[in-house]
Amino acid sequence: MKVREPLISELSSPGRRGVRFPEPDVPTTPLPKGLARADLPLPEVSEVDVVRHYTRLSHFNHAVDINFYPLGSCTMKYNPKINEALARLPGFTEIHPFQPPETVQGALRLMYELQEALKKITGFAACSLQPAAGAHGELTGVHMIWAYHHDRGDTARTKILVPDSAHGTNPASSAMSGFKVVEIPSDDRGNIDLEALKAECDETVAGLMLTNPNTLGLFEEHLLEVVELVHSVGGLVYGDGANLNALLGIARPGDLGFDVMHLNLHKTFSTPHGGGGPGSGPVVCAPHMADYLPGPIVVETEPATDEMPPMYGFEFPKKSIGRVKSFYGHFGVMVKAFAYIAMLGEYGLRQVAEDAVLNANYLRVRLQDAYRIPYNRICKHEFVAEGRWKDAPGVRALDIAKRIMDFGFHPPTNYFPLIVHEALMIEPTETESKETLDAFADAMLQIAEEAHTNPEILRTAPHNTPFGRVDEVKAAKELILKWQDAQS
Amino acid sequence: MEFPAELKYTKNDEWISPDGTVGITDYAQDQLSDLVFVEIVVSEGDEVSQGDIIASVESVKSAADVYAPVSGKVVAVNDALADDPETINRDPYGDGWMVKLEIADPSELDSLMDAEQYKAYCEEREE
Repeated sequence: MKVREPLISELSSPGRRGVRFPEPDVPTTPLPKGLARADLPLPEVSEVDVVRHYTRLSHFNHAVDINFYPLGSCTMKYNPKINEALARLPGFTEIHPFQPPETVQGALRLMYELQEALKKITGFAACSLQPAAGAHGELTGVHMIWAYHHDRGDTARTKILVPDSAHGTNPASSAMSGFKVVEIPSDDRGNIDLEALKAECDETVAGLMLTNPNTLGLFEEHLLEVVELVHSVGGLVYGDGANLNALLGIARPGDLGFDVMHLNLHKTFSTPHGGGGPGSGPVVCAPHMADYLPGPIVVETEPATDEMPPMYGFEFPKKSIGRVKSFYGHFGVMVKAFAYIAMLGEYGLRQVAEDAVLNANYLRVRLQDAYRIPYNRICKHEFVAEGRWKDAPGVRALDIAKRIMDFGFHPPTNYFPLIVHEALMIEPTETESKETLDAFADAMLQIAEEAHTNPEILRTAPHNTPFGRVDEVKAAKELILKWQDAQS
Repeated sequence: MEFPAELKYTKNDEWISPDGTVGITDYAQDQLSDLVFVEIVVSEGDEVSQGDIIASVESVKSAADVYAPVSGKVVAVNDALADDPETINRDPYGDGWMVKLEIADPSELDSLMDAEQYKAYCEEREE
């Protein structure tokens, strides 16, 4: 470790304060007996102590505002600053969810129009903005699948099929909903193995959770056949929308036969994530699933007249699975996503997908001679390389991920998906210029060279960061979560 | 990489000895890298069927379930692994054993791979 930043508690000095309140100019009332505590071990620091401490900590972070962030499947695109400006408008920040809908018509209209835009982008009939993030959207969608079957008296469906190229949260969402998870292997082109899928398709299938493009960045080549197979036994098809960035304006999951799907506003629609802010995971669905959506959703309660705009209000779908989030979801995130959609428009969104795919393929081709890419064909928004070489034993994907930090880049996702050995999953997004992509590719090529000529520099990386390599095994085995424990 | 000749192997990288001792293979521990967590989810006296989950293992890079290679009754559980999961990295076929089974039907062992077949199976996946 090159820098030792103390904990805020270690900066504490008895009696030091940030703010001194004036003496109250109204009579004081003591707290009811038993509510006041004698001991509250919070750090005692001044304002400047706090500002400097957290500013210093922020300098240890990587952020998409600092440099390239090719974290596969996370779609770490740039977050346009105008989104922030719009989300800070007093009309959006100075309202309260308990206000009567008549008094917050602007906010409701934004939610309504966002629902409509997401329906149009994905080709679905209905939308709920409730879920707080992607995995929450998945859980919501799987609950809707359960509700759909049970509502029809179809209670014998106990399993959900999940391809081995799906997002890691898919099996968890299914298991948490009480389903048995059955993994379907991939074939040698990175598609779902159709024979394996057929073997599992029977009347106990509640649904299939499909990430398309999958975590290899590949569009499922037999998609229509897969959907048809699952539907033919009465199962539903869930779409994991985490990789929607590759399809915007080009293909609509609703048209492809999906029944229900979640979107990640914080990936596809540019709102901050990864420590930068909360997510939002709206769920969209086909007409036969619409009654089960979580509520409330925003509807038009009175049509527009010549003099008046329409009125909006909240409504629960008829057989709704209920609320999945307090109030109305993450409203601020919705404002930012709507700003992004409105600014780009239909053609702009299509260009997002085209540039994201172009950038990923450009990097794939630049790296393919130095890194093995096991499913090496035209990819969508991301691709997966192997971080290992037969003639460089002892170098692993983790060493490459650590070394790339020395060049100022965030490492790619590593060790996922599990179907690629020593996986390095690279998603550049549409944000990046050719110069940035080239700088990253040059660094990766240099690292591949070093793996063969100077592997030690990889194994001891990173060298140019505030902290050297951390002991991940010790960190996982000997968790210290309280600063008092760190003292002992 | 070791592939002891006296053991039988599964496609999911478990090994089982003729006397019913079960663990994960050298290849499995190498792929997982440093193990940080082992939870054996069966107890002495439990009856398990071939393919039932008997344990979960976690490393810094991945997590995996461990399945019963054959059906049988659990007669011993290696409790020491909970405190020192890396035993499996150090000695996957020895101190890193996970459970001992009283094998219900020895013919189930015939469905598993021998050392030569398993070695070929690992090499195939390395391609």
